[in-house]
Amino acid sequence: MSNLLSEEKLQLLNEKSIESRKLVVHTVHHAGAGHIGGPMSAVDVLVNLYFNELNVNPEDARAENRDRFVLSKGHSAVALYTVLAIKGYFPIKELDTFDSMDSRLQAHPDMNILPGLDMSTGSLGQGISAAVGMALGAKLKNKDFRTYCMIGDGESQEGQVWEAADVAVKYGLDNLVVILDNNKLQQFGWGESFDEREVPVTNPCERWQAFGWNVIEIDGHNHNEITKAFNAARTVSGKPTIIVANTVKGKGVSFMENTHRWHSRVPTDEEFDHAVQELEAGV
Amino acid sequence: MKTLLSDKKVSMRDALSETILKFTQEDENVYVLDGDLATSTKIDIVANENPKKFLQMGIAEQNMMSVAAGLTTTGIQPWTFTFAAFLAKRAIDQIQVQIAQPKLNVKMVGGYSGLLTGLTGKTHQALEDIAIFRSLANMVVLAPADATEVKKVMEFARSYDGPVYIRLARDAYPILFPNDYNFKLGKAVTLNEGTDVTIISTGTQTSRSLEAAEKLEAEGVSVAVVHMPSIKPIDKEAIIKAAETTGAIVTAEEHSIIGGLGSAVAEVLVEEKPVPMLRVGVKDRNSESGPNEQMLEKYEISPNHVAQTVKDVLKKK
Repeated sequence: MSNLLSEEKLQLLNEKSIESRKLVVHTVHHAGAGHIGGPMSAVDVLVNLYFNELNVNPEDARAENRDRFVLSKGHSAVALYTVLAIKGYFPIKELDTFDSMDSRLQAHPDMNILPGLDMSTGSLGQGISAAVGMALGAKLKNKDFRTYCMIGDGESQEGQVWEAADVAVKYGLDNLVVILDNNKLQQFGWGESFDEREVPVTNPCERWQAFGWNVIEIDGHNHNEITKAFNAARTVSGKPTIIVANTVKGKGVSFMENTHRWHSRVPTDEEFDHAVQELEAGV
Repeated sequence: MKTLLSDKKVSMRDALSETILKFTQEDENVYVLDGDLATSTKIDIVANENPKKFLQMGIAEQNMMSVAAGLTTTGIQPWTFTFAAFLAKRAIDQIQVQIAQPKLNVKMVGGYSGLLTGLTGKTHQALEDIAIFRSLANMVVLAPADATEVKKVMEFARSYDGPVYIRLARDAYPILFPNDYNFKLGKAVTLNEGTDVTIISTGTQTSRSLEAAEKLEAEGVSVAVVHMPSIKPIDKEAIIKAAETTGAIVTAEEHSIIGGLGSAVAEVLVEEKPVPMLRVGVKDRNSESGPNEQMLEKYEISPNHVAQTVKDVLKKK
């Protein structure tokens, strides 16, 4: 199997992923608030979108024909903010204002105050519908931009996700790509004990297929696979694509991985140092 | 001035239907989104005569409102149509987070508001929609009284860049306004001059209030009637002036007495010019399905109830 990314590009994307994860941990630690597990699972897809896939330009953040991205799982905003900062939408230093008064970096994305955000989200299940509206608008107005949206597997318990799934198929939105950040955990979820928790849906591919979507399943932490999936989505006509990205909640820091306990916990100073060491070592 | 109740009744739905078809024909960016009630709300005219502008969103109001938010970001002006009950109560989180907070250019038309919803009963009536919509920052809330005013507020909404909720009724109401009537956002309209008391009314309850005023005038009570088509923003000056000139206020609306026009007027009076005031509206109770006249009587919003409430408030002066 030949890789689509050059060694150089792959290295660049991996470096951006590490930089983004370090900034996520730094920002939550600095703010003393925020989500951490979900943002860490989302990082690689977000990095690939902004450094490999999307037709966007931080210098012209509102360009009419730019590709659109909606973070439907809005509570992972901090991951998106780190990627937007690295991309140049605003100074990296501004991440230190996250969650503080008058900051453009709200706990959940606010499209009116931060350049680069295409939709305000936070209440789960809504972003995917807005993305359907953007893709439908592109079709109606004969624009060739593409619309991307990331949803969570926990978020998919919202019925609105499936309302959107139906309408996207009805209007044949092949200009829409939804990425499911399938980290298999949510804030608390289901389980027999406090530590053994999970999202009960284990067959998202079958569900989305049944709804009529083009389904691609990948390792959501592998830039080659992410890239291939985006390329494959572009070749499909007449229906929308969902990329089921299998991910690890808390990815990159051993003690944050695969546990709901780090859904929105703030690292202590010691945990912060340990996390940065692990990320710099490039686990 | 004095507004006489015309014998000519025109359906608000028909006025809406003609107007929205015209908008879709005149403006490439106006699209209609239907929550599968087109034959009730009468926007099926767009599906029939300008089908490219008609977007069926199915029986999924939450998705419809969020899709509308997304559409605005591509330059489209979406007009969303369903029953007021479903907009205000089923899709209100979507409306708040994705339309009102970011102040996106979505028009929301709630048909079948109030109590008289064609025998559909309490599940399909909206007696809370004014309360809910007016509590959202950035929201404009309008309730026209007749078919002419329906057209005028729709024309305003089309020209306004931001979210607008238009509260409509199912049935036909007497024509109150001439064709050259000029709707102004945030402005009340005095339909009757009077000196003893002012009825401040909105939507369908305005023609019932005029009927009450006629009865009272025959009994020697001089009643001003001020119609409030713009519930948010509300015309504070008109409310204060009514309190100053007549010294007593009755509010009248086809809505719960909690949170609606009565509450909005009371908020102004308490802070600016307290005078005796009573509210006509549905008194914190659930209703049922039934014929219009009987519903108005049982739920105490008929012209007779408005007239009796005026007499009651006069005793407090």
